[in-house]
Amino acid sequence: MFSKKFEIFLLPVISVFAAMLVGAILIFSVGENPLVVYWIFFKNSLFSLNGIGYTLFYATPLIFTGLSVAFGFRCGLFNIGAEGQLYIAAMAVTLVAIWLDGWSAWFIIPVCMIVSFIAGGIWGGIPGLLKARFGGHEVINTIMMNMIAWSLVNYLVVGPFHREGTQILETDFIPEAARIPRIHELIPIIPKTLPLNMGFVVALLACLVTYLILWKTRWGYEIRAVGISNSVSKYAGINVNKNIVMAMFIAGGFAGLVGISEVMGYRYTFHDSFSSGVGFIGIAVALLGRNHPVGVILAALLFGALIRGSLFLDLNFDNLSKDLVMVLQGVIVLFVATDKLFKKLLSYVGIRGKEA
Amino acid sequence: MMFAVRLQQITKRFAQTLANDAVDINIRQETIHAIIGENGAGKTTIMEILYGFYQADAGEIELFGKKKKIASPQDAIRNGIGMVHQHFMLIPPMTVAENIILGMEPVSRSGVLQLTQAEEKIRKLSDDYGLEIDPQIKVENLSVGLQQRVEILKALYRDVEILILDEPTAVLTPLEVKEFFQILRRLKAQGKTIIIITHKLEEVLEISDDVTVMRNGKKVGELPTSEATANILANMMVGREVLFELNKTPVTPGKTVLKVEDLCVTVDDKPRLKNVSFELKEGEILGIAGVEGNGQTELVEVLTGLRKLDSGTVWYLGDDIANLSARKIRELQIAHIPADRAAHGFLSTYSNADNQILGFHYRPPFCRKNGFLDFSRIAKNAEELVEKFDIRPPLADIPTGTLSGGNQQKVIVARELSQQPRLLIIAQPTRGIDIGAIEFIHQQILDLRSDKVAILLISAELEEIRSLSDRTLVMFEGEIAGEVSSDTFDMEKVGMMMTGHH
Repeated sequence: MFSKKFEIFLLPVISVFAAMLVGAILIFSVGENPLVVYWIFFKNSLFSLNGIGYTLFYATPLIFTGLSVAFGFRCGLFNIGAEGQLYIAAMAVTLVAIWLDGWSAWFIIPVCMIVSFIAGGIWGGIPGLLKARFGGHEVINTIMMNMIAWSLVNYLVVGPFHREGTQILETDFIPEAARIPRIHELIPIIPKTLPLNMGFVVALLACLVTYLILWKTRWGYEIRAVGISNSVSKYAGINVNKNIVMAMFIAGGFAGLVGISEVMGYRYTFHDSFSSGVGFIGIAVALLGRNHPVGVILAALLFGALIRGSLFLDLNFDNLSKDLVMVLQGVIVLFVATDKLFKKLLSYVGIRGKEA
Repeated sequence: MMFAVRLQQITKRFAQTLANDAVDINIRQETIHAIIGENGAGKTTIMEILYGFYQADAGEIELFGKKKKIASPQDAIRNGIGMVHQHFMLIPPMTVAENIILGMEPVSRSGVLQLTQAEEKIRKLSDDYGLEIDPQIKVENLSVGLQQRVEILKALYRDVEILILDEPTAVLTPLEVKEFFQILRRLKAQGKTIIIITHKLEEVLEISDDVTVMRNGKKVGELPTSEATANILANMMVGREVLFELNKTPVTPGKTVLKVEDLCVTVDDKPRLKNVSFELKEGEILGIAGVEGNGQTELVEVLTGLRKLDSGTVWYLGDDIANLSARKIRELQIAHIPADRAAHGFLSTYSNADNQILGFHYRPPFCRKNGFLDFSRIAKNAEELVEKFDIRPPLADIPTGTLSGGNQQKVIVARELSQQPRLLIIAQPTRGIDIGAIEFIHQQILDLRSDKVAILLISAELEEIRSLSDRTLVMFEGEIAGEVSSDTFDMEKVGMMMTGHH
């Protein structure tokens, strides 16, 4: 038998490799050489300074949404609403930043960061409140909140806040003072074209804060207790409903922080449909990362690398498109979800090893 | 002599633990054979191997003199072995007959269900064995005792010769136990072989012909019941001398701690507590006896802040604490050891250390003002409690869910007693735990009594109530059906009160 800790680390790794194997079969069946494809893939995402930078850039919003889903899971809640939460937060950040034009960066940046958290938090907190107050299921309600968020931000960017003189669906740009630095401004050897920004550092900090809250404070003790058992928590005098609302608020808040990396650090405007599913990939990130902040970082890096690598598929291969990454993501999730299969396999190998 | 079952050198390993270690059991045909042992002794495991639920790693099974491989429960049934589990596998809205034929429905050639035929067969079986079950009645309308008979009928319908019963009397009232034993005797008389897994020694002595004692996965003895006494069996089970008599010193009750007046609670429009009133003093143990489901759960919930009451007052040291939150009530030094420890008492994946602060985790000494937990204090607390309450294995950082039932209960008891309670509400304190732990927990309760703590003891085990309480209230259908003091405690009488007969 493998030790529990080893298993926690090993199972996701096996899942990823199994998914790559399935991907290889797929690649082979459309007439390409899997080894060449994977080489191109990872050469461009991991084996150059520029590639790593892009991988980190793509990983940044995934850390936020992965953290959001993971935090909810720890309280026994399935937050499918990260996508809507991040859209609302990004729009809120944009509008507040534009509104605060003229203030110094020392004021405007912290305010915008807080706004992104609170806006996402409110959007996540509403389904939490509905669950606590009326028993409405958070899965249904977060999905519904996604629909409302899409429609709302779309209306705002097409209508009242559309930037004049452009066909692109974007708002006005946020003021210079609201923009956070790109990494190349701080470390000169980084290529100037790289959009990686301080949002990545915020993401790492968010992971640290999550770890501290969940495992070092009484609030985290209660949130995890509620996640394990409502009835035990009630017996222990823990206010289950309060914790559900709080966990959904914080989960939504983390998803909202995408507004920092994407609006304040990269686009400097609200661009319609900018997210393209980051909130949903966050579910996969949380699953693969075992709902632990460190796991979330590792999983987000992997998915970031996949996104980066995929951009070179269309360019280099006739029979492949970047959709291959969607397939890989799907298969990874499938394997993570069916980890019992690998557990069985592992225990079999373990017993065999002992007898030999 | 013919053996119905011979288990030879059965060995079964689960991960690190050896559940069965080269166990031999011989079960004579047409006898009632008891298998006893503490929790985790491996008695259920070996029976589940016989029933095909698990496969033994080594060893052989012989049925009526022939070697058999039993690959699945279906296989076991084909070989004439039936098992009635502790938790019934019945579908309440379906009728008795529908439940019984489930999985082997008799159909005509055209595929039409032949329910009437099945009902006929079931009625005949029921008459033959005196089970008095109407096949057309819905299972949800049957009492627990009758549901158990349906489970037995289910096995008989499948023509089993060997019937395994796992802790069959745990859910029965004293009266039902008597009837149940009569049924077992009738089954034996008609040629069935019965294996009964239990930990109740009096029942073993009363009903069985032979008894096998297990401890730590090994068989430690097999003897005719006629040669056994409760002491012999208990010593074999535990592996040391067991004291049956508790060290109960006289305590003069002090001032009133808890005074309940006209408590009424309605759940889903059904009255569950009707004008319940009683008083409890310092240094007194008040027992609440009754068949489960007669309002005890609601009473405990109301007193511990888990349920709102409709009317009435709960005086605690002179203050009305009715409808306060569970946290507020804990802060008043009222401790609560719940009936269902897994559902209420501890978090299975939390460590012992974390579980030992549950409910007190938000305040000093375990939590600092800034909200951060003080892990050195938490570890120190755990170390002290693990040692004082002899929790095994003596580790503070392993998940409580991995401990045995008795040790899980000790974790809860340790936590609840660690905060110097003035009132202890304790429900089913020894359910499903082994003799050693029972002895320990009973002594803890009596020590608290000597320390002038007021104790409300809710238990379905009359023997437990009799040996511990100073006074006993009997609950029936949400009302106090009667009161008896410890010197006039009469099992028969209390048993009658529990079923509504005065």
